[in-house]
Amino acid sequence: MATISNTNNNQRIHPHKFTLWVAIASICMMFAGLTSAYIVKSNQDNFLEFSLPNYFWFSTIAILLSSVTMHLSLKTFKARERNKYKLLISITVVLGSIFAALQVEGFISLDNHGIRLIGQNSNAAASFLLVIIGLHGLHVLGGIIALLVMFFKSFSQKIKNYNSVPLEVVSIYWHFVDILWIYLLIFLIWIR
Amino acid sequence: MSNEAILHANIGATLDVHGEHQEHHHETFITKYIFSQDHKTISKQFLITGMVWAVIGGLMSVLFRLQLGFPDESFPWLEDLLGKWWAAGGHITAQGYYALVTIHGTVLIFFVLTAGLSGTFANLLIPLQIGARDMASPLLNMLSYWFFFIAGIIMLSSIFVETGPFSGGWTAYPPLSALGDASPGSKSGMDLWIISMALFVVSSLLSGLNYIATVLNLRTKGMSMTRLPLTVWSLFFTAIVGVLSFPVLLSGFILLIFDRNFGTSFYLSDIFLSATGAALPNEGGSAILFQHLFWFLGHPEVYIIVLPAMGIVSEILSINSRKPIFGYIAMVGSMFAITTLTFLVWAHHMFVTGLNPFLGSLFTLFTLLIALPSAIKVFNWLTTIWRGSIRFTPSMLFAIGFVSVFISGGLTGLWLGNSALDIHLHDTYFNIAHFHLVMGVASIFAMFAGVYHWFPKMYGRRMNNTLGYIHFWISIIGAYLIFWPMHYEGLAGMPRRYYDYSIWESFKQFSELNKFISIVVFITFSTQILFIINFFYSIWYGRKETSLNPHGATTLEWTTPIKPGHGNYRKYLNTSLGL
Repeated sequence: MATISNTNNNQRIHPHKFTLWVAIASICMMFAGLTSAYIVKSNQDNFLEFSLPNYFWFSTIAILLSSVTMHLSLKTFKARERNKYKLLISITVVLGSIFAALQVEGFISLDNHGIRLIGQNSNAAASFLLVIIGLHGLHVLGGIIALLVMFFKSFSQKIKNYNSVPLEVVSIYWHFVDILWIYLLIFLIWIR
Repeated sequence: MSNEAILHANIGATLDVHGEHQEHHHETFITKYIFSQDHKTISKQFLITGMVWAVIGGLMSVLFRLQLGFPDESFPWLEDLLGKWWAAGGHITAQGYYALVTIHGTVLIFFVLTAGLSGTFANLLIPLQIGARDMASPLLNMLSYWFFFIAGIIMLSSIFVETGPFSGGWTAYPPLSALGDASPGSKSGMDLWIISMALFVVSSLLSGLNYIATVLNLRTKGMSMTRLPLTVWSLFFTAIVGVLSFPVLLSGFILLIFDRNFGTSFYLSDIFLSATGAALPNEGGSAILFQHLFWFLGHPEVYIIVLPAMGIVSEILSINSRKPIFGYIAMVGSMFAITTLTFLVWAHHMFVTGLNPFLGSLFTLFTLLIALPSAIKVFNWLTTIWRGSIRFTPSMLFAIGFVSVFISGGLTGLWLGNSALDIHLHDTYFNIAHFHLVMGVASIFAMFAGVYHWFPKMYGRRMNNTLGYIHFWISIIGAYLIFWPMHYEGLAGMPRRYYDYSIWESFKQFSELNKFISIVVFITFSTQILFIINFFYSIWYGRKETSLNPHGATTLEWTTPIKPGHGNYRKYLNTSLGL
């Protein structure tokens, strides 16, 4: 017991990280609300059936790769390998942006096939895709902004920028939006 | 064992986050009073903003009671005061009436009893009562207030747009909320309403995250979870409920925005419009879907409002009875039960939507189950004051008042939660009486109790007791005189939200009663002005507090200096020896 009470402070979860975990629970609830609304709707007669454009599959590869580079960049940051870190985090940003761009392409291709997302003759099935995937995309955009902040901070020599907590927070968030996307993809393929 | 580890490490975590927020740092007027990151200042900001909204929302109820009590009389000064849109010819107009009830509900539920109550007491009490120097993230805390403030400004501006504010009821059901042509209030008034509410949700989420992280991470040494004051427990559960239910409302709102502005068919279907003589182009939307998403927040919202009130009341009853709270663990357990059950009962607001009767019976069961933890709490409050050495301060009276109206309003909840009875009673004045007593009056009473009780900690002065007693007695008598008769009106089938009851033969019998209720509303509302005068006068001229612990309380906030600076504690606390 005595050894435990002398635990190093660093082994305890940092309040900011904890706040993020609660926020993740909160974001999950939002998507739970949307996906359960989707389930209810999908039982209706006029719910349009169509397959997802391949762009969404390609985007999945991009975000999975970005999770790997995110993980490596956190590792290099902790190892104080600044140059490698800068490179890896830039790759993460690029991969994140490719993900977002591919998703936009996916929506454009849906539209090209005559599946209207909004406006007249739009079907709730396609509108739901736009809302659910779009909201996820906004969360990814938020992550990209956070990554960019981390990237520019790496050029500063201030001592406090050696603290790994902010990067850990961003990293947890980034993996979360990745996992969330996998969930959404499986969900959208399954419930048709 | 693991507890011990957490406690020791706590100090480190506190230091870590707030290393830069020691008492000595220099503050300008702007960082100290406006964009403050000090939880105590943010608490005052929430309280005073909440009070402003309470006055606005209360005044609205005075205006629509004028219409309900005196439908045949005209008040020419009303038109001079409010203009033609609201009160043409000295009568509150129908559109004005609907706008008033809608904004009254929205403002009081969200801005006063959610932000005003939780925002004030969670910010003030969580760090002080757990021995922390501030919140886990003071910056998020500040942002949370300013999101709330901007939400308020937008809601306020919606009152002044040409087509009036949103008028489809605080629940914002489509099609009134989704269709711009549905009513005057569905136009730009609704746009502003939904933007304001979205910002409000963001504010609630930011503060909720902070409260949870603070309670779990920043407790001082020795402050184990089982030693937390019930106020902190209640605010903690409130934050959990908020963080898990507000996002669902937000998703409902996002779909609503798409239906309103981008022509999608989530809620709208090919309904026929009498105004244009044609059906909508939309297909297959369902308004019931919105109701599900709305009430998944809407019901937990009731507990977001009433849980903090329960915590405040538990604390005040115990202190002023000079006894520890009876059944502490049962109190925490019953709050946990309420927190869990509250997510399983939302469809009891939807018994008449054509809900499958089997589902209805499940929701009835879960709803009635909430009576158990509620009854445990009431029993414990009564046994706490039983044979106590009671001091009848204004805060104690309001706390007892809370228990009284909570029982009166809670009992009718058993009627309404029962699907068989609810089919008759839903959307009548019985319902109005029920929820106004059990969450409206009850929570506002707890808020008053809390303000009277913690005023010395907030401002270092005392409020005037005599004015407090007058305030209490008129308020509680007024509350019962206003809402008790409404039960009879509701049982007789009088529906809520109607503009003028005098044209129905069956409700003419209530015209004198309605007049009586309205007069009591005017008197009770005027008494609240007394509280506001007392509050602001006492901030500057109240009797100076000289005692560190004026109420003889056992919680940590009274171990700080009379007016604690940013950082609260002069030294790190260790409560493991029992403070």
